[in-house]
Amino acid sequence: MSATANATVAQDHHGHDDHGHHHKETFITKYIFSQDHKMIGKQFLITGLVMGTIGILMSILFRIQLAWPEEASWVFELFLGDKYATDGVMNPDAYLALVTIHGTIMVFFVLTAGLSGTFSNLLIPLQIGARDMASGFMNMLSYWIFFLSSVIMLSSLFVESGPASAGWTIYPPLSALPEAIPGSGTGMTLWLVSMALFIAQSLMGSLNYIVTVINLRTEGMSMTRLPLTIWALFVTAIIGVVSFPVLLSAALMLIMDRSFGTSFFLSDIYIKGEVLAHQGGSPVLFEHLFWFLGHPEVYIVLLPALGITSEVIATNSRKPIFGYRAMVASILAIAFLSTIVWGHHMFVSGMNPFLGSVFTFTTLLIAIPSAVKSFNYITTLWKGNLQMNPGMLFSIGLVSTFITGGLTGIILGDSTLDINVHDTYFVIAHFHLVMGISALYGLFAGVYHWFPKMFGRMLNKNLGYVHFWVTAVGAYGVFFPMHFIGMAGLPRRYYTNTNFPYFDDLADVNVIITIFAIITALVQLVFIYNFIHSIFFGKKATQNPWNATTLEWTTPVEHIHGNWPGKIPSVYRWSYDYSKLNKDETDYVIAGQDFIPQNVPLQKNEEELNH
Amino acid sequence: MTVFLIIVVIALLGVTFWQMSKILKLSKTGHEDSTQVANDNDNKNQGYLMLGFVVFLYIFMIYSFWAWGDFYLPEPASAHGVDYDRLMFISIGLIMTVQVITQFLLYFFAYKYKGAKGQRALFYADNDKLEFIWTIIPVIVLAGLIIYGLFTWSDIMNVEEDEDTLVVEIYAYQFGWKARYSGDDNTLGKANVRFIEGTNIVGIDKSDSYAKDDKVTTELHLPVDRPVLFKFRSQDVLHSAYFPFFRAQMNVVPGMITQFSFTPTITSEEMRNSEFMVEKVNELNQIRKERSKELVANGDVALDPYEFEYYLLCNKICGISHFNMQMKIVVEEEEDFNSWIAEQESFGETLKKEEEQKVSSNN
Ligand code: HEM
Ligand SMILES: [Cu+2]
Ligand SMILES: [Cu+2]
Repeated sequence: MSATANATVAQDHHGHDDHGHHHKETFITKYIFSQDHKMIGKQFLITGLVMGTIGILMSILFRIQLAWPEEASWVFELFLGDKYATDGVMNPDAYLALVTIHGTIMVFFVLTAGLSGTFSNLLIPLQIGARDMASGFMNMLSYWIFFLSSVIMLSSLFVESGPASAGWTIYPPLSALPEAIPGSGTGMTLWLVSMALFIAQSLMGSLNYIVTVINLRTEGMSMTRLPLTIWALFVTAIIGVVSFPVLLSAALMLIMDRSFGTSFFLSDIYIKGEVLAHQGGSPVLFEHLFWFLGHPEVYIVLLPALGITSEVIATNSRKPIFGYRAMVASILAIAFLSTIVWGHHMFVSGMNPFLGSVFTFTTLLIAIPSAVKSFNYITTLWKGNLQMNPGMLFSIGLVSTFITGGLTGIILGDSTLDINVHDTYFVIAHFHLVMGISALYGLFAGVYHWFPKMFGRMLNKNLGYVHFWVTAVGAYGVFFPMHFIGMAGLPRRYYTNTNFPYFDDLADVNVIITIFAIITALVQLVFIYNFIHSIFFGKKATQNPWNATTLEWTTPVEHIHGNWPGKIPSVYRWSYDYSKLNKDETDYVIAGQDFIPQNVPLQKNEEELNH
Repeated sequence: MTVFLIIVVIALLGVTFWQMSKILKLSKTGHEDSTQVANDNDNKNQGYLMLGFVVFLYIFMIYSFWAWGDFYLPEPASAHGVDYDRLMFISIGLIMTVQVITQFLLYFFAYKYKGAKGQRALFYADNDKLEFIWTIIPVIVLAGLIIYGLFTWSDIMNVEEDEDTLVVEIYAYQFGWKARYSGDDNTLGKANVRFIEGTNIVGIDKSDSYAKDDKVTTELHLPVDRPVLFKFRSQDVLHSAYFPFFRAQMNVVPGMITQFSFTPTITSEEMRNSEFMVEKVNELNQIRKERSKELVANGDVALDPYEFEYYLLCNKICGISHFNMQMKIVVEEEEDFNSWIAEQESFGETLKKEEEQKVSSNN
């Protein structure tokens, strides 16, 4: 078996005891151009959190405009300046720019790189028992390209004609023609360059994760013994490799249409008094290419969060995850189906109605594995001994928002019903709950759970509780009412609704939403404070604070290069032996200890189970 | 409404401050039990909060339906809209049932099984029967929904064009709409953006004989109870023609003609006088009056009182004024429609007029 063979090689290479110190690390190689997966994970996390802060701040700015349309505010003056907020009133182009960059940042920079980048890097080697990623250098490169891509995206905020403002979906012709909207000038160019780099880093990362999971598992770590986090991160990487290149090709074609006069997506356009030479292209083609990534992207964002949740819920319930095999099967089913449902974003795009039927069918199919996952989470809680650590709260919160948001997917996935709610606030409500908030909860759950592993200290739990409860109330407060204004036919991406008197009675709801949003955003400061404070002054962590079974908790608290000081542990069991009883059912298998780490061999008094 | 709002805000802020002060006290380093791992006390408190949260969630959902349920659009003004609404209400009923049950189980279990010293969790890893049950139930329910949905979908999308069908082109541009009626021949003349010139703003091909009787208008008038086939064309970027009251929407794509068909069933007049709309418009005007008071106090002009009209709006981001790209729709009796359309100038007439003007200005 090549997997074990490779693992042995890696082991031999690092096999001697003093390996952590055999080359002197400078500040630069340790903290900046680090090739250590744990450091790279932290770099992804911190960059993601910085981007997240910016993205959420943007959402607060445009929410203020929606609640108090066209009213002047010092907030706008402060953050937007006179150019984008003339006399303190937000301009329509600023609104569209904010919405666009908010969406882009949240989806790609926070919840793709910040979530999957962080936890793939941190957890894959630690949980499968590897010294590091297959290629530490490529891993480092991946982070720095991500960093560069973030810098470029942010720098686009400062160009003269403004950042990209055609929506995060950048449909041409709007995104292709600076004549159509100012943001489609330099701002759009920077957006495309930034995203091309982003895709490059994502591919490097993903290939690395895939190779590492396939080749570097420690002895005994068969695929069916992998923790669900690894399954989720592994499959996420595969989806990324399959779908991101398609977005790259779409971006390249768009660049060519913009700069080199090709007509992939453009045809018959008359703008600013002139007919353009472009002929024969189709914007619908772009939509297909975009959503061929765009829908899988939802699962690229979600699966890591679900994987984290599986781990955190099982550990804190002191119970095995219910239906491990069904969980793996649903991850695989979701991954497969996610690549054939993209058309549900295009029911009314002018695509052939028969295709719409097909995509309705596949879309509603994907609801089945999602439902199975939710039921399995709930059953895992049943008859547990729930340890209410902050990570656990966020995991329960995730299941809750995943259900609420997933259910409205049944409406949007039905081509008939989509006709009248497509592109309304109903959609905003749906995807924020099912993808935005759920994945964000997954991110928080992961941070609370693995903070001790990352920084060797504990996050303050009481601040964690405040953070969770205010966020939980706030998130429903922001997004649940949006279903109703969506059902009233209120379109998204509208700078103000005041031009339609019919929407006047929605104004109060918009105020409520914004107030919830401001409170929710403010309470994130509690988290930021907790995060920074705990890195330096948090309570020192013990080696295995949550009494978990997985391998990362067998490494020393102090990070060392290569993860384990001695030999890499071998694995003898799956990762969910919580509260397993001995044969006579008199006590746990290990008396007085309700968990059996994966590196503990099968005991005499225990029955071997096939999961 | 405002009261509710203030209560929510105060309550939330209160809880926050209370918790914060407590926490700052607790988070002082060097406190007794500060492993930062949840202890029995935390488990208990958080368990109760879980129960509290599901109560909050239920109340909030009920409040939302009660206070905002009537935001749902008025009865559909198109023939297929009735099927649409029926499917929508069935779906909402279904998902709310599932929502209520699953959220309850989730939070109730979180409360019921909150950890305590000495409590033993049940090692329960698998149960094929259970998993089969909750795979098969969604399969059956979703199969039902899919089949129902797909029948409705093909009914709506399969356009049967006959003698009686009125063909109308909806033309989108940054930032407005035009309608083009096909005239007596019920056939739209050829058109392309390359023909745009002067008053020929939608680019009709002058040489096409079907074009002469076409009529371009800024309002969309539709005869009641007659099927309409819309052909959509855009001159610049993507737009989306959204007719919320008719449960209809179709993207408008440059370089391509898209279509949608529906039969309006309720005239503007009838809709205006419907119980729902009378009440709604009253309420809206109340709100507008309040707001006008503020405006006038600030030296601005007051808002006009609102009278209901159907409208078409743009629902695909299309540029700076995307938020104000609308067209009035009037659904009326056949004879009213006929007299309105007769008053509109045909493309042939426009051309002739222009010709004459040119001749007279040359003189
Ligand atoms: C405090 C938190 C947040 C608030 C208040 C918020 C609010 C909003 C609102 C109101 C819109 C619609 C604007 C419009 O269409 O005119 C929007 C768009 C969007 N948001 Fe958020 N959001 C938040 C967090 C997130 C998160 C966590 C994600 C991650 C997935 C996210 C992703 C998006 C995306 C993709 C869009 C669409 C952008 C577009 O239309 O191009 N948001 N957000
Ligand atoms: Cu999708
Ligand atoms: Cu438009």
